[in-house]
Amino acid sequence: MAINFTLNGKTQTVDVSPDMPLLWVLRDTLNMTGTKFGCGMALCGACTVHINGEATRSCITPVSSVSGKKVTTIEGISADGSHPVQQAWIAEDVPQCGYCQSGQIMSAVALLTKKSNPTDADIDDAMSGNICRCGTYQRIRKAIHRAAGQSAKSTSAA
Amino acid sequence: MSSATVLNRRDFLKTSAAGSAALVIGFHLSPSAFAASAEDQEKKPVNPFDAWIRIAPDNQVTLIVGKSEMGQGIMTALPMILAEELSLDWKQVKIEQAPTNPKIYDHGTGGSGSVAGAYLPMRQAGAAAREMLVTAAAQHWNVNRDTCHPQNGGVLHGARKQFLTYGELAPAASKLPLPDFKTVPLKNSNNFTIVGHDQNRYEARAKSTGTAKFGIDSRPAGLVYAVVARCPVFGGKAAKFDATKAKAVPGVTDVFAIDAVGEGAFTAGGVAVVAANSWAAMQGRKALDITWDDGPNAKESTASLNQQFVDNASKPGKRTVDQGDVDAALSAAHKKVEAVYELPFAAHACMEPMNCTVQIGPDRAEAWIPTQAPQWAQDIIAGVTKLPHESVIVNTTLMGGAFGRRYQADFVMEAAQVAKAVPNKPVMVLWTREDDMQHDFYRPASYHRFEGAIDADRNIAAWKHFQTSTSIAAIWSKDGNEKPDQSEFATAAFIPYQTKNYRVEYTLAKSGVPRAWWRSVEHSSSGFVVECFIDELATAAGVDPLEFRLRMIGDDRKIPDATNPKEGKPLDTARLKGVLKLAAQKAGWGKPLPAGVFRGIAGYYSFESYTAGVAEVSAKNGELKIHRIVYAVDCGRPVNPNGIAAQVEGAAIYGLSAALHDAITINRGRVEQSNFDNYAMPRINETPKIEVHIVPSTEAPTGIGEPGLPVIAPAVCNAIFAATGKRLRRMPIRREDLA
Repeated sequence: MAINFTLNGKTQTVDVSPDMPLLWVLRDTLNMTGTKFGCGMALCGACTVHINGEATRSCITPVSSVSGKKVTTIEGISADGSHPVQQAWIAEDVPQCGYCQSGQIMSAVALLTKKSNPTDADIDDAMSGNICRCGTYQRIRKAIHRAAGQSAKSTSAA
Repeated sequence: MSSATVLNRRDFLKTSAAGSAALVIGFHLSPSAFAASAEDQEKKPVNPFDAWIRIAPDNQVTLIVGKSEMGQGIMTALPMILAEELSLDWKQVKIEQAPTNPKIYDHGTGGSGSVAGAYLPMRQAGAAAREMLVTAAAQHWNVNRDTCHPQNGGVLHGARKQFLTYGELAPAASKLPLPDFKTVPLKNSNNFTIVGHDQNRYEARAKSTGTAKFGIDSRPAGLVYAVVARCPVFGGKAAKFDATKAKAVPGVTDVFAIDAVGEGAFTAGGVAVVAANSWAAMQGRKALDITWDDGPNAKESTASLNQQFVDNASKPGKRTVDQGDVDAALSAAHKKVEAVYELPFAAHACMEPMNCTVQIGPDRAEAWIPTQAPQWAQDIIAGVTKLPHESVIVNTTLMGGAFGRRYQADFVMEAAQVAKAVPNKPVMVLWTREDDMQHDFYRPASYHRFEGAIDADRNIAAWKHFQTSTSIAAIWSKDGNEKPDQSEFATAAFIPYQTKNYRVEYTLAKSGVPRAWWRSVEHSSSGFVVECFIDELATAAGVDPLEFRLRMIGDDRKIPDATNPKEGKPLDTARLKGVLKLAAQKAGWGKPLPAGVFRGIAGYYSFESYTAGVAEVSAKNGELKIHRIVYAVDCGRPVNPNGIAAQVEGAAIYGLSAALHDAITINRGRVEQSNFDNYAMPRINETPKIEVHIVPSTEAPTGIGEPGLPVIAPAVCNAIFAATGKRLRRMPIRREDLA
């Protein structure tokens, strides 16, 4: 069955079973492997994408439910790693193994879109769905504050 | 990482001899912790290279090394060391995975051994290259060698301000004789500009943009996907199965049985479902109708194992350390302390579940594996395919955590078996989270009975440690001639605390549950029990926990490693006291804390490094809050302090997970946990502030991937005692333990 949606700004059509989770459509049908598989039950956040701007766990999202919607993955938040959150991640040297970080970044971007200057409690709320087994949480928190600071700087400079 | 084409030593020598462009220097890294002893290694066929430096005429410097990057930062630390000797920007060094060569020493990454093993050989090789390049420059300009200075990736001739890049010099340098590694001059460490200075990770950008490729991201052309249905009971197998419904699932192409393989691979065997995509394979597996023969372990449970532990503890064990007369000292004790500590099985829970991709053709096989042991993987695939090793190409990928799990060969064996049944196609056998959690090689479960005595002078009159556990050695030694006592105690078999009467005893507990190396291995339990018990003795003696430790450690001395007398580095008590004091000082030990906040301390020797931690906690009404952990670490000369801090921060969280949440429990021979809803992980909101203070040592670098872990649980539990008066001796901590 053909399902159409917008993926990182481009129209995408896939012919797959409608109940196939978006995660596997991205990874296997479209070879977009930046979004990761960690648990299959929306417990770990590794599969986080944006659907119409909302952070969503793609492992439990049937592809039929994104028909006509805008999907953004880690590959789509910038062409070259220049998104302020990615820049903050690199500057704070956040990743260790790196496997959870696509999901972490997608959750962080969604947070900062809603709250441009999040408190630590805001960060706790928005980011507790993302597991990091390497324990980079302290640096994730620092990077989010840094990205918020950068955005504030660029806004005030405007 | 890009895959290197299969090269052998002959090709390299030929390249250099023919004077074709690149300068190539082969060398070998020291044996890792998992290698056979140095003696055994000497007996292997002579082919001494397992790492290479290549300097090409286009000025690209490449380090080719057989070490796996699993987040521990060796793709950063190793080029840093090389770049320091070569006087070039380390980010210019490209790092490539070495081809898996069966004739070399040890292709394995583990035991916190990579930087420790590579430091000196990498410096020697880099210095050798530098000397050859400087000589080539001097010859080219026909000047005195002393006037030529290596810097900025080339050689500068001071007087005439001429400069040639290493790339330009490489062809001429490659014709020169290789300096003797033992005598080649190394850069003065006072002049280090890279080693010892914070660097950000080599592959940080790739890992922040979704472009870093992990094993599960491998996509060779024509890839198909498979999952395996394994008997949930350890040691069980499929008695019969009906694939009709499975084959009817759209996308499923094949269903067949694979045999269990023992002898090191220890696979469960089962029924493989092959499909066009991961989802179809999983759906196909759900539709399988399998009757399991549960096998010999169906009666094992956590309850039955605990009973075994208690029974074992009621009788003497085999004495592995026996100094003085512990029984007499305990009978005559001025004050006696008894404690029983219990630790459960723990799962690795890597964020990237196990996976392995193999393609088998008539005369060649290729694999893409997130593995810590590519050489073993190559052995496995060669064995299954009956191809010569040279025809089996193993590409080591990045991996989403490893922690020892990816040192196993089970997931490789299964993939080879499946690929053999689907010839010429690349097949990825991927594991779901449930597969990963229920077919792990767990950190052993253990039970420790301590008896100690304090004398009238507040010294330790006796220390008796009985341990019974499901040892790792018991499944890994073929002839059952295991020495579990050697592998299960670590520093608990040579404690730094002085006492005349010291005994360590061991009794093996039998279990069908697979066990192997989990981050910090036996130190994860030894660190907990030793550092909790010394704290209990301090309380009995009425002495501050830090002061008691320092006093009981006593004078500066070196204690031989009882578990590895020939090759293990002795415990240097000065360095252990150093980290205890530094952590205490940075944490403000002895200074007032906010109301309701209490401190606990632990210090420990593992992987030739010294770590100490002070935990600050509140524990009220059954609620535990960990505010801050202050670490001091001495891992010799720090190569990348930023990387060291990251490893300690990470080990703290990994250890906290085990202390606060994780227990793998067994019922009817199967694991009861399945996913992160019943095997919880710490989240960002539970993370304490973690500070890492690194001792500016000038000793040789030693390990840091694992040493941060053993001290976290005892530091937290000792702090909980300070807060509540309760000793928590059973991991993980439960809410009712705090109330």
